Amino acid sequence: MKQYSNTKATFALAKASFRSIMRSPSAVVFTLAFPLIFILVFGFLGGGGMHIDVGITPGSDLKNPVIGMLEKTGMIRLVKNKSKADFDKLLEKGNVDAMIDVHRKVNSVAYSVNIVYTSASMDKGNILKSVLNNLFYDKNLKPSVAEIKESTVHGREYKTIDFILPGQLGFSLLSTGVFGTAFVFLSLRQTLVIKRFFATPVKRSSIVIGEGIARIGFALLGALFIILIGHFFFGFTLVHGPVTVINMIVLATLGVIVFMGFGFIISGIAKNESMVPPISNIVTLPQFLLSGTFFSIEAFPSWLQPISRALPLTYLNDAMRKVAFEGAGLWDVKFQIMILVIWGIGIYAVAVKVFKWE
Amino acid sequence: METKKAIISVKNLVKQYDDFVAVQNLTFEVYENEIFGLLGPNGAGKTTTLEIIETLREKTSGEIIVDGFSVDKQAQNIKKIIGVQLQAAGYYPNLNLVELLELFAGLYGADVKPMEMLEKVNLQDKAKAKYKGLSGGQKQRFSIATTLINQPKIIFLDEPTTGLDPQARRNLWDLIIEIRDAGTTVVITTHYMDEAEQLCDRVAFVERGQIIALDTPDNLIDQLVNSGFERKKEVKKANLEDVFINLTGKEWRE
Repeated sequence: MKQYSNTKATFALAKASFRSIMRSPSAVVFTLAFPLIFILVFGFLGGGGMHIDVGITPGSDLKNPVIGMLEKTGMIRLVKNKSKADFDKLLEKGNVDAMIDVHRKVNSVAYSVNIVYTSASMDKGNILKSVLNNLFYDKNLKPSVAEIKESTVHGREYKTIDFILPGQLGFSLLSTGVFGTAFVFLSLRQTLVIKRFFATPVKRSSIVIGEGIARIGFALLGALFIILIGHFFFGFTLVHGPVTVINMIVLATLGVIVFMGFGFIISGIAKNESMVPPISNIVTLPQFLLSGTFFSIEAFPSWLQPISRALPLTYLNDAMRKVAFEGAGLWDVKFQIMILVIWGIGIYAVAVKVFKWE
Repeated sequence: METKKAIISVKNLVKQYDDFVAVQNLTFEVYENEIFGLLGPNGAGKTTTLEIIETLREKTSGEIIVDGFSVDKQAQNIKKIIGVQLQAAGYYPNLNLVELLELFAGLYGADVKPMEMLEKVNLQDKAKAKYKGLSGGQKQRFSIATTLINQPKIIFLDEPTTGLDPQARRNLWDLIIEIRDAGTTVVITTHYMDEAEQLCDRVAFVERGQIIALDTPDNLIDQLVNSGFERKKEVKKANLEDVFINLTGKEWRE
């Protein structure tokens, strides 16, 4: 008899598992259809509540009526205490919608207001413009404001899709990793498929690795599909083109491996298939809602933010957005990667304890 | 009979669970190239015994040698030379029969053509079907096909005919006899005594985890008759199953 090959066995399993996943409606729906529907809906819906973030140029006079009036509108959030360099970056990305610099004119009681808009957020800039114009003609204010100077810097346009897509991608990876892994291992165990495998010379590690290869392969195909649809149909920004895509795929791989750990745990603690969805939802729903999938976690009340910052999906989403839109390299998101790795170690430590073969 | 070589030897096998003893001190041998039946009521310990020999379950004590390999130290070698059909086992979801056989070929590291395997069990028409879509008899025949992939020396069949209609059952007997005639040793469990009588070269009766009789079906029957046993009803030259087969035809339906 010729030498037994573990690699061959592992790939036979990966191939079988991949075929099975591709034919499983729920896997395809969770990995592709849901995220794409959300992208579609949010892509057309645009952002929700309107805020205009206005940065105050360092050195600007703060105790002047113009800024006071801006604060009163309730629509404008003033961003202070950042360096000029920081503000320039934020402005370029459209993270602040405009900069304002107010100075008392030399030898005058009147103020000079200098506004810099950004092409990255032209729509909000226009709203600010009309707000300022209203102020300028406000009777109480008029005598004290001499002039408004306006200019526009050129930034990258940050679209809703640039925020929504990485979040949906993260969600897709989360559900593929958690639900898929949990269901497959539970059902293989319950239908004695794994027991039958044990009667062959295959190693346990081959079973796990084979399944893992198939699951990761499927998740990455899904991720690629979402990125490409997003890019070509919804104008999703990929700063460095293919390099950015590769970086995103690397992050996606790390993410799905971490999330599969949850799946292994759930398959071990669930007694039957009907227990999988509720337990999986305990894992996925909070992350779905709190990890910045739909809204920036900065929009959450401050007591909620620490919870958000504890979840692994938050860091995956964060890293994805940085890589995709800001053109960051993987080294630039090492902090996010580190947190994901720490989560991974913790999850797999638990998974090894609770995972059941029979 | 005495010149036959033992391919499986089980000595003083004990399997103890927390609160009860499933197998108590079993000792028997299976000879090369025979069909060996393990008979007995549910819960007698048949499946447990099989699964210990198949290396799927740990034993409490005792010694088992399968074709010269010890279950304790050479389980991996044993797995390579046996084929196992589990009671009520399922198969990987969403795959058709050819794909399942490819998977098993990979797991065994065997080069086989799935279609040839299907032909062996007369399922070539079902190549693209899913396991779930097969009839009871087809399922069992497919299970047997998966046990033959590594050209095993021994195959284990755990209640392969339970739930089948008479035609499917007879069809499966023919298949099992073919496999034995091709040189494979077959170990089978069953609840049906007519099946054991027709199929098995030797049978062991297991009761409460112990072997209470072991011999050829003929010898066992003779012993009982010699002890003065008589059936209450005169034995006829045919039974009701013969009538059924005669009326509905031997032809096997899907």
